[in-house]
Amino acid sequence: MKSLPITIDSVRKAYGCYVALDDVSLDVCAGEFLTLLGPSGSGKTTLLMALAGFVRPDSGRLVLGDRDITRLAPNKRDIGIVFQNYALFPHMNVLANVEYPLMLRKTPKAEARQRALDTLARVKLEGLAERNIAALSGGQRQRVALARAIVFEPRVMLMDEPLSALDRNLRETMQYEIRRLHDDLGITTIYVTHDQREALTMSDRVAVMNSGRIQQLDTPQRIYDRPSTRFVAEFMGEANIVAPGAVRRIDGANASREALMIRAESFHLDAKLVGRDGVALEGTLRAKAFRGENWLLTLALDGGQEILVCIPSALAGGCSELAAGHRLTVYASAAKVHAIPRVTA
Amino acid sequence: MLEAYPDNKLARILLWSFCAIVMAFLILPTLVVVPLSFSASNLLEFPPRAYSLRWYETFFGSATWMAGLRTSLILGTLTAVVAVPLGLLACISMNRLGGKAAVTIQGILLAPSIVPGILLAIGLFFVLAAQRLVGTLFGVLVGHVVLAIPVACIVLLPALARFDWNQVQAARSLGANWARAIGGIIVPQLRISLLSATLMAFLTSLDESVISIFVASGQNSTLPKLMFLSLRDQIDPTIAAISTLWTAIVVVVVLIVTLRQKS
Amino acid sequence: MTVAVDPALAADARRERRFFLSLSLPALFIVGLAAILPIVWIIRQSFLSTGGEYTVGNYEKVLSSGLTWSALVTTLELSLGTLAACILLGTPLALALASARPRVANLLMAFVMLPLWTSILVRTYGWLVLLRREGLVNAALTGSGLTAEPLPLVYNFTGTLIGMVHYMLPLFLLPVYAAMRDIDANLVRASASMGATLGQVIRTVILPLSAGGIFSGSIIVFIYTIGFFITPAVLGGGKVNPLSIRIERTLSTFQDWGSASVLGILLLILMALIGVMFLAARRLIAGHQVGTAHA
Repeated sequence: MKSLPITIDSVRKAYGCYVALDDVSLDVCAGEFLTLLGPSGSGKTTLLMALAGFVRPDSGRLVLGDRDITRLAPNKRDIGIVFQNYALFPHMNVLANVEYPLMLRKTPKAEARQRALDTLARVKLEGLAERNIAALSGGQRQRVALARAIVFEPRVMLMDEPLSALDRNLRETMQYEIRRLHDDLGITTIYVTHDQREALTMSDRVAVMNSGRIQQLDTPQRIYDRPSTRFVAEFMGEANIVAPGAVRRIDGANASREALMIRAESFHLDAKLVGRDGVALEGTLRAKAFRGENWLLTLALDGGQEILVCIPSALAGGCSELAAGHRLTVYASAAKVHAIPRVTA
Repeated sequence: MLEAYPDNKLARILLWSFCAIVMAFLILPTLVVVPLSFSASNLLEFPPRAYSLRWYETFFGSATWMAGLRTSLILGTLTAVVAVPLGLLACISMNRLGGKAAVTIQGILLAPSIVPGILLAIGLFFVLAAQRLVGTLFGVLVGHVVLAIPVACIVLLPALARFDWNQVQAARSLGANWARAIGGIIVPQLRISLLSATLMAFLTSLDESVISIFVASGQNSTLPKLMFLSLRDQIDPTIAAISTLWTAIVVVVVLIVTLRQKS
Repeated sequence: MTVAVDPALAADARRERRFFLSLSLPALFIVGLAAILPIVWIIRQSFLSTGGEYTVGNYEKVLSSGLTWSALVTTLELSLGTLAACILLGTPLALALASARPRVANLLMAFVMLPLWTSILVRTYGWLVLLRREGLVNAALTGSGLTAEPLPLVYNFTGTLIGMVHYMLPLFLLPVYAAMRDIDANLVRASASMGATLGQVIRTVILPLSAGGIFSGSIIVFIYTIGFFITPAVLGGGKVNPLSIRIERTLSTFQDWGSASVLGILLLILMALIGVMFLAARRLIAGHQVGTAHA
């Protein structure tokens, strides 16, 4: 079963004066795992629902493979969807839920049953087929929702924050499971989340959205290390965006003239660990916190700005003797310093 | 609410005695009929001097009364069968449309419950007379259905508001068309509310007297119409028997519905 | 703010709305057929003479008849009497229920609502039995020596009124009880802490805050009672003739469709007038609400 590429072309959706999707265009490769990442109101769920057929765009095109599905009814799109609250049918047991799409496609009973049981085994729920939905745990319901969405072998999968209701440990296990499932089946998958860590862990590419637009579409690595806007930089983690004047190059060359982003974990206390083209920042220690695997230091730079510095405990010798008010210099290598373009998209 | 005034004992006693009196007032007429139905004499004496089942025998033995009962039961069932599905579809419609459209539809569908029954009765009489349909079962049925639809909507609208519409979307995403989504997903989950609506529609028809008085006649007279005619002419203790049976059935039905709702 | 909308997609949106609208059509059709059409027919009939021509003769006949106006007066007397009784009986009852513990209150409310489930004919019959000269009430009155002779409590205005109050009291109670239940208990505590007696708290805090519920209950009582037919027919003994009874008599006994329709129109107009009056009153009260602390 070959999965399909998706083309989203200039899609607009407004509710009165509120623009939910502002001319969004996106190409998803066949078999890719792409995450739509953004805060609430960014338009990520609206875009997903437009692909599903539950939100009708004002203009634009949605193409699956070579089929224009923009005007196609949602029950004809053949897309597997996992909803945020799972939307399992409480009046059917687990097996009936998973067989449901096959029943609609008039699959012969015996075959439908076998395929449903196989899919349940694939999501590691064998033995729970006769269970009632109400008797399942959150994680189990999640898997049933997954099974129901893949049993009819759709070419495309859409997932709307499926893990947001689970606790942290379970979430991490399920992230791995979902990605593994995707790799095994090779289905083109669009995944929506507001959790940047989840996006980085699971995706082939990430589209960071804000205010109805895609701010950056890139691999997790480049989104994190080379954010193209201030918003993306700050959304992905502690960005420490500093004015150019606060940063001094070790070899004395002229510093950049644009705002610079240096992630908290890029800093070192020892200048020897960074190259000659590295940078140094000086300031006064405001606060320090020992977090087990690392130390978190709050440094007030001479220009007045505060930055967060994260030093792994192994390299943090001497941190415990530091006190508020101490002068401190921290270093970062050139590769970890990223200029944020002045004009944001 | 009045725990801030624990010492006003006299006021409290007065208030609660007053309540007891009012509640007795409310329940008395229904209760007093029960022992009367078992009285051996036809003099409506209270308390009855001797007991017997003769009035029940009279009721079940009379062709007229039994015809009335049959008509009422058939009408009740037909009313429920017609009004509840129509009401459900209308409520789904209002739920999805929202805004002014929903409010307008709601206003129209609930109007029959506000308009005085006598007006509906004579108006329906005129309309049916023009089509020579006075006295037919169909004529009365239409009148009962139009009274039962608002009743069904009052039960079903809040139930639909509580319903998780995501499931319909899930079903659609899996390939279900609207007929399957409504029949296979919404209806099974609204079982209890649909049962309530069906019972309420049935009772509305069973209890309906004003329209029946004007529109039903002869063989198609309903039980309430027969009771009304009898009440106007003389005070027949058979009515006590019918009333007791009626109250007993309603109490049992309401108990069943309430207990099912609690579980 | 103008957004360019793809016309094909807009058409799809309209089609979907039409689909949902169509789900209401069967129900709307029946209501149109069995409720709206009859009303229109009544209006039409009121302008038809027995010969079938259009005339205002019916209106002249009905409006000049003394029976019409006495029927109107009776209708209003019954409605106002029922309303007064409901307010006097129902407000303290609502207060008692609202101040009871939730479980007790729920139980008592179910008890109060039970009469609603029994047929109106059953209840009317019960009142016949109770209020007759030889009935239970008179037996208790003469037996205990409160009255020398049995009182005429039924087949007259009194009996009709008792029956109507009995029917409407639970319906009046519902909104009043709901309004009282919604009052924040802390308001009463605050009043008590500032020195209010029980009487003062009821007068200045509880009743004003329940006014909305009493108002809603009053509208319900009025709208329902002006159309009452069964109760005056059974308990009135032919002596109580509100508009509804006049309509029935004109239609059944005299076969005068035209006059019956005119009377029906009168009833409709009366209902509309009452509705308008209540709406106007509500607006006046709402404007006045930001009121004084002393009552």
